[in-house]
Amino acid sequence: MDNVTYILAFIAVATVATFATRAIPFLFLSRHHEHPLLLHIGRYLPAAVMSLLVVVFLVKSANWSAPAFGADALLPCLVVVVLHLWRRNALLSIVAGTAAYMFIQQSSLITL
Amino acid sequence: MPGFPLISVGYAMTASLFRQTLPILFGYLPLGMAFGVLFTAQLDYAWWYAPLMGVTIFAGAGQILAVSLIAARTGLLEVFVAMFVLNARHLFYGLSLLGQFRDAGWRKLYLIFGLTDETYSLLTSRARPGPRFQEQRNDFMITLLNQCYWVAGCAIGALLGDNVAFDSTGIEFALVALFIVLTIEQYKALGEVFPLWAGALAAAVAVAALPADRQLIGAVILATGALLIQYRLRRTRTVEQGHG
Repeated sequence: MDNVTYILAFIAVATVATFATRAIPFLFLSRHHEHPLLLHIGRYLPAAVMSLLVVVFLVKSANWSAPAFGADALLPCLVVVVLHLWRRNALLSIVAGTAAYMFIQQSSLITL
Repeated sequence: MPGFPLISVGYAMTASLFRQTLPILFGYLPLGMAFGVLFTAQLDYAWWYAPLMGVTIFAGAGQILAVSLIAARTGLLEVFVAMFVLNARHLFYGLSLLGQFRDAGWRKLYLIFGLTDETYSLLTSRARPGPRFQEQRNDFMITLLNQCYWVAGCAIGALLGDNVAFDSTGIEFALVALFIVLTIEQYKALGEVFPLWAGALAAAVAVAALPADRQLIGAVILATGALLIQYRLRRTRTVEQGHG
């Protein structure tokens, strides 16, 4: 197989595999969309996935071996939480938190 | 001008949808660029294969893994298994959107195709004040905007290659901030803390016990398990009350 054929075949296979993970529930469970178990999952899973993504991504964003123990990501995180509880303006919370994180990372403020 | 109010309503709606997707723009551009740069740095292919992958695959972690799989000229069966396992958490996302995507017509196929972590987060958290059909059109627009940001990031990164000079270090935190905001919004909408704790603890266990590439799927399975147990307990309680 030459290089171009390989990468085109690769992209086709990767596309099908990724789409399959997204489409399978709709193919096999569509008729049961009013089953109480699926309604329960549908109601609560988004919240669980959201807090799960926060934890997984936060762990990767922080420097846990520094003396400040992850404060380089935990402080921006706190900025987002406080701002959002106070003003409830999603864009403001996100921009302020991201700016705080970028400033801390680029100035190496908390790696001392 | 009879059409004018309609146009301005449409414009306001599009502007509001664009605003909702802004954090994803800030997350997807640098992440897509990281993939694009990696693609041209590691592989000897034309730059446009990178955005092509963004168009047809549309998966962040999946595409970054793909670079090393292509570099090693991995067999196609192995590629299928690797990509499927890596993206298996999306199986669970569909479970909670069966109702929301119902009767969306031709748009449904694209809504399902575009179900990334970020799109899922936004579609399940945003307010849906309008009629069902209108909200499904909005879901479609959000998904399309997100994919445009992603493909643009892939293309820019692949074109720039190793010549990226500006300091955008840390801008990817926009995604973490988005997830935090959406967690708070989910809590306000549900008024229950159990799913939030279930997700956070599941993630903590997965991060502590699993290698980096298995953490997301591990955490999603654990959290879904916790919700299943909660479902069973609630049902038993309801049945007992029914008899009592």
